Amino acid sequence: MLSVRDIHTYYGDSYVLQGVTLELVPGQVVALLGRNGVGKTTLARSILGLTPPKRGTIVFKDVDITRMPAHKIAQMGIGLVPQGRQVFGSLTVKEHLQVTARGRGRWNFDRVTELFPNLRSRMRSLAGKLSGGEQQMLAAGRALVANPALLVMDEPTEGLAPMMVRELGRGIESLKQVGTSILLIEQQLAFALRYADVVFIMSKGRIVHRCTPAELAADAQTKARYLGI
Amino acid sequence: MAFWLIQALNGISFGMLLFLLAAGLSLIYGLMKVLNLTHGSFYLLGGYIGVAVVRTTGSFVLATLAGAFAIAVVGVVMERFFLRRFHLQELPQALLTFGFLFIFSDLAMVIWGSDPETMPKPALFDHSVQLGGFYYPSYRLFIIAFGLAVAAFLWWLQEGTRVGAMVRASVDNEEVARALGINVSLLFSLVFALGAFLAALGGVMGGPIVGVYPGADFDVLLLGFVVVIIGGLGSLKGALFGGLAVGLLDNFGKVFFPELALFTVFAPMALILAWRPSGLFGHE
Ligand SMILES: Nc1ncnc2c1ncn2[C@@H]1O[C@H](COP(=O)(O)OP(=O)(O)OP(=O)(O)O)[C@@H](O)[C@H]1O
Ligand SMILES: [Mg+2]
Repeated sequence: MLSVRDIHTYYGDSYVLQGVTLELVPGQVVALLGRNGVGKTTLARSILGLTPPKRGTIVFKDVDITRMPAHKIAQMGIGLVPQGRQVFGSLTVKEHLQVTARGRGRWNFDRVTELFPNLRSRMRSLAGKLSGGEQQMLAAGRALVANPALLVMDEPTEGLAPMMVRELGRGIESLKQVGTSILLIEQQLAFALRYADVVFIMSKGRIVHRCTPAELAADAQTKARYLGI
Repeated sequence: MAFWLIQALNGISFGMLLFLLAAGLSLIYGLMKVLNLTHGSFYLLGGYIGVAVVRTTGSFVLATLAGAFAIAVVGVVMERFFLRRFHLQELPQALLTFGFLFIFSDLAMVIWGSDPETMPKPALFDHSVQLGGFYYPSYRLFIIAFGLAVAAFLWWLQEGTRVGAMVRASVDNEEVARALGINVSLLFSLVFALGAFLAALGGVMGGPIVGVYPGADFDVLLLGFVVVIIGGLGSLKGALFGGLAVGLLDNFGKVFFPELALFTVFAPMALILAWRPSGLFGHE
């Protein structure tokens, strides 16, 4: 479904992704782990077309999207839950769930508010006034109403209270049930291991390790070396 | 009493024209971070096209539509083929729009010469109405009503429609908006076209009261900037209240201190800036 082939991405002169290759099959939840600053967000930005790679290709649903404008990539079915939530401060909760709505798939306004009931009572609030947890649900919800086939979630548990993390986990579970693929970028190992089918580990702009969650859980050496645990 | 009322109405009606100009200036800056210096040309060229159309067809409505739509097309071309290449590069964009201001100014001189043109009032409003103890030109009252209607329409567009929500989302966070499938470049063109349309509308409708003359592009641009600085760049409310404030200041300034010209507009602007650097309704 998504195939990232040897991509090299730069911010100006700074060489960040130094040959990343990654494969994601439909319905899979792929966890992408790695320490701060190794290039996880940059990989998400490359996939979404926000910082296209200089070399290499990205193929989604058999179409080369490497240099496609970001909004077209999104319209092809990739959704983003950006790091740090980045909700639109001057839009209400309701507007968030309308403005990006697309397609007649499973996720509509009602389904999303069923999934995240916290949002329902805040429909008319401006997104900037929500708690961190509510903003995270909203960031997920606004991506879902576009009915993506692949959801890229960049550190969704960052700064969330445990209860909100559990609620987010329920959300990921229901996405899994309906076969939505997820690229889950995480620093919380336990959360990633609970939902992932495959784990990729990044270091210094490269994928350095690929394994199953069970393998990683048992591999103290890899955890110590690349995740500092 | 009648004197004050008449002068206030004069100031408010001129302020509404400034609002038409400043609304686009402000919307464009809010979304694209472009200070569009060509906005003065949009006003002037709109006015000239309006005069030409009224002369050949005799219809004020047609003149308004022709001027506004023609300039909207000019705006789209400018945005698509020129400004777009310099997205978020402030200096190249400022130079580009400044260059266009001069090119259009010369072009207007070549086509329409250096004599001022007068735009006749539409027949429907070519009379005065009695307001209490005095008579007042109905055309100026029409401009006030029209300006308020445009303000209400723009407010609805921004706050009440899906496109408006898309624009606000893009203003808040352009990258995330694009990553969620919003075609931000299309919004750029639409907003630029709308801004150009409004400026040209101001040019045609202002024709009967301020005239269409060489240099009007620079004059209104200057006042337009004062409006958005007072009101706050990016804010529709700011464009409306700023427009009214500058319209009134300009008018009463000319009445009481004709020799001080623009001072009565710029001194209050400086004071407001010292007190609120981002304007009355600006953010940050
Ligand atoms: N806009 C930018 N311009 C220049 N350099 C950047 C930019 N964004 C990120 N970088 C650099 O690129 C490298 C990778 O950053 P990236 O944000 O992809 O890391 P990350 O793995 O997502 O980190 P974190 O876990 O902290 O979110 C870092 O060295 C960072 O400083
Ligand atoms: Mg990151």
